[in-house]
Amino acid sequence: MEPYPRAESSRFALEMQGINKSFGPIKALQDVTLRIPRGTVHALVGENGAGKSTLMKILSGVLQADTGTIVRAGKTCAWKHPSDSLAAGVAMIYQELSLAPDLTIAENVWLGIEPRGGLLGTYSKRRMLAETSALAERHGFDVDPAQTVDSLPASTCQIVEVLKALARNAEILVMDEPTSSCGEHEVAVLLEMVKNLSRAGTTIIYISHRLEEVVEIARDISVLRDGYVVHTGPMKGLEIADIVKHMVGRDLDDYFPKRKVEVGSTALSVSELSSQDVENISFDLHWGEIVGVAGLVGAGRTELARVLCGLDPLTRGSIKIDGKNVKIATPADALSHGIMYVTEDRKRTGLCLELPAAWNMTLPCLAELGMKHILRLGREDEIAEATAKTLSLKWSGPGAPVSALSGGNQQKLLLGRALIAQSRLWVLDEPTRGIDIAAKVDIYELIGRMAAKGKAVLIISSELTELFGIADRILVMRRGRLVADLVASETTQEAVMQLAAVDEGRI
Amino acid sequence: MNKLIREVLPFGSLILVIAILSLWQPDSFLTLDNFVNVLRRSSVYGIIAIGMTFVIISGGIDLSVGSLLALCGMCAAGTMIGLGGEAPPAGIIALGTAVGLLAGAVGGLVSGALITRLKLQPFIATLGTMSLYRGIALVMYDGQPINVSSYRYLGEGTLLGIPVSVVLFLVVIVFAGAILNFTRFGRHTYAIGSNVEAAHHAGVRVDRTLMGIYTLGGLLTGLGAMIAMSRTVSAQPTAGVGAELDVIAAVVIGGASLSGGRGTITGTIVGTLLISFLRNGCTLVGISTNAQLIVIGVVIVLAVAVDQFTRRRAGDVT
Repeated sequence: MEPYPRAESSRFALEMQGINKSFGPIKALQDVTLRIPRGTVHALVGENGAGKSTLMKILSGVLQADTGTIVRAGKTCAWKHPSDSLAAGVAMIYQELSLAPDLTIAENVWLGIEPRGGLLGTYSKRRMLAETSALAERHGFDVDPAQTVDSLPASTCQIVEVLKALARNAEILVMDEPTSSCGEHEVAVLLEMVKNLSRAGTTIIYISHRLEEVVEIARDISVLRDGYVVHTGPMKGLEIADIVKHMVGRDLDDYFPKRKVEVGSTALSVSELSSQDVENISFDLHWGEIVGVAGLVGAGRTELARVLCGLDPLTRGSIKIDGKNVKIATPADALSHGIMYVTEDRKRTGLCLELPAAWNMTLPCLAELGMKHILRLGREDEIAEATAKTLSLKWSGPGAPVSALSGGNQQKLLLGRALIAQSRLWVLDEPTRGIDIAAKVDIYELIGRMAAKGKAVLIISSELTELFGIADRILVMRRGRLVADLVASETTQEAVMQLAAVDEGRI
Repeated sequence: MNKLIREVLPFGSLILVIAILSLWQPDSFLTLDNFVNVLRRSSVYGIIAIGMTFVIISGGIDLSVGSLLALCGMCAAGTMIGLGGEAPPAGIIALGTAVGLLAGAVGGLVSGALITRLKLQPFIATLGTMSLYRGIALVMYDGQPINVSSYRYLGEGTLLGIPVSVVLFLVVIVFAGAILNFTRFGRHTYAIGSNVEAAHHAGVRVDRTLMGIYTLGGLLTGLGAMIAMSRTVSAQPTAGVGAELDVIAAVVIGGASLSGGRGTITGTIVGTLLISFLRNGCTLVGISTNAQLIVIGVVIVLAVAVDQFTRRRAGDVT
């Protein structure tokens, strides 16, 4: 890239020039150069392990580059600590939010920089509330500064994080997967926020796996692969397919594997099922069939899965497997009927992070592996290793700490449970959330292969592209009820979105 | 590297303490008699600590073990003297011992039930049972100890030249190690301590497993109580005051995490022996029992601090 003339360099809010960073023999970043003009939204995409987070850690001062420079508003910077980058107006907004749940929005926004009160060591609550309101208003956010954070939806929490950054005079916001835990409606709110911020002159670096969002809001895009910037330039004229191609180095056609499966007899038949969160749900699922469940966050999709998997009791209705009534009161019951639930929240309800990877993989299937109560450790490792191979799961071995695996590999590990248990009914809740594209493709491929083997798959997803890519049928849920049961090839994403969101005002 | 330090450290410290004491007091410390003596003294708290290891790995804690130790003794001695008089026959002695073990198991079961049925935090539930069991032990015979002068086998007897209490300690070690490492119950104990929600999702019967864990802990406390009672040939309602803290310290020095999911039987043995040898060494060197508390306190803080330090450096944040 040719150097920009000196006088023009100040039109960039931020320049990173020739950044190199190695960890031992691994080159995490190689000659990375990014130029981000003031007040623009710059998307940064790449698979997990492409170097995004290393780059962001360097930008935030958590790590230092081996070589290369960061120029902020014309000045070369050497940040040694996150407080240095924040002082220079660069704020990170991480996936895992750092809000104090019991404090109010205002208290969170001014945490650590509370406006002084009259007395020594006190702070003015009134001024804090007023300044929060003013700050929110200036940026077009509609929040009540006196509300406590624990009751807020994920999108509002992101807004609070942004306000927190703005209160510290941040001019560049780095947002890491801000929509990963949001439903479609909340995503719309967040994207609107990002647009407003950039209109008001804030520069935004936007990291996301959801390419639809990136296409919608970013002016420029940079794609990282294996530590290199493989593409950088304006978003205009780029299709999602082009971006994916840059990211993975292959075509989008491979993205959803094509398959032809004869759908078998009825596997699961749910009729008039109600629980504390869902009402009067009836549908059938056949052997060899993949059925998607669409809906907004809070529509009751996970709650439906919870009933099927023995996590919540059903209050009415029946569940039949192969035409026979079954009683599923606990997750252990579900497992014994061949139902495997793969959670939407790996960290909270999926993995035991202190334990070795293989232990996590075999946890629900220990009885099948050994002699009911006695373990067979050698066999366990053998099976875990074979399963990892089937899933192209990358780990240093069965004893690897599960916390050291990437999100995609952790997800594969959880799916491996269904393989080991030889589950017949797979209930997958957001199986590709927050994982990189290569792993997604592997998982789609696995799901397709399992359906071809006659397994029945129920897959909950907030990504409609994904549901339309792999599902035969799509169930649409809204406010705890099933509102439509559609054949995927006979409907459109727009129609499904309409059904899911029709009484929510807007999409 | 850090992992290695962490695993070797408690063991290394134990060797170090033994080496220092051997050089310092070769005549009194480095004798077979003294070692056997230390092992015998370790056996009571060691056996209880092994039960506590399961509890702590599951993410819980049992503060009631000290009180339960006294209660089991009182129940056993009460049965022996009550049914058999001053010199109870062997059958009654055996019955009393069984009652003592049963009291332990029931005591643990009650704590487990409070935790799983009433959903109390283990700390709070066992704080309650700690007071409850101590109270019952004191009320039973109006605060008076019960002498059982013929109950000597567990405390003084030997089997193939090895003290019976040490043999029991070894048997418990082998059994507990096998249960923790080679059974579904053991694996589920780790899973519950690491992430109880994830364990539940994976089909682990969490409540049932926890009941088992606390009952096992109680049973081992009962066994420890029988040895303690036999050693002093009397049941004291005030026995084991503060024992829970020594026992928890041994487990934690052995590398277990109070937040659950980590801990080993080997670690707990090393922790128990480390404390015992330190106590023994202090006594031989002439440090008073009161000042020994300072030494033990420093060791606990050091052990946990080093553990945390290596953990942070390894980047695995707890």
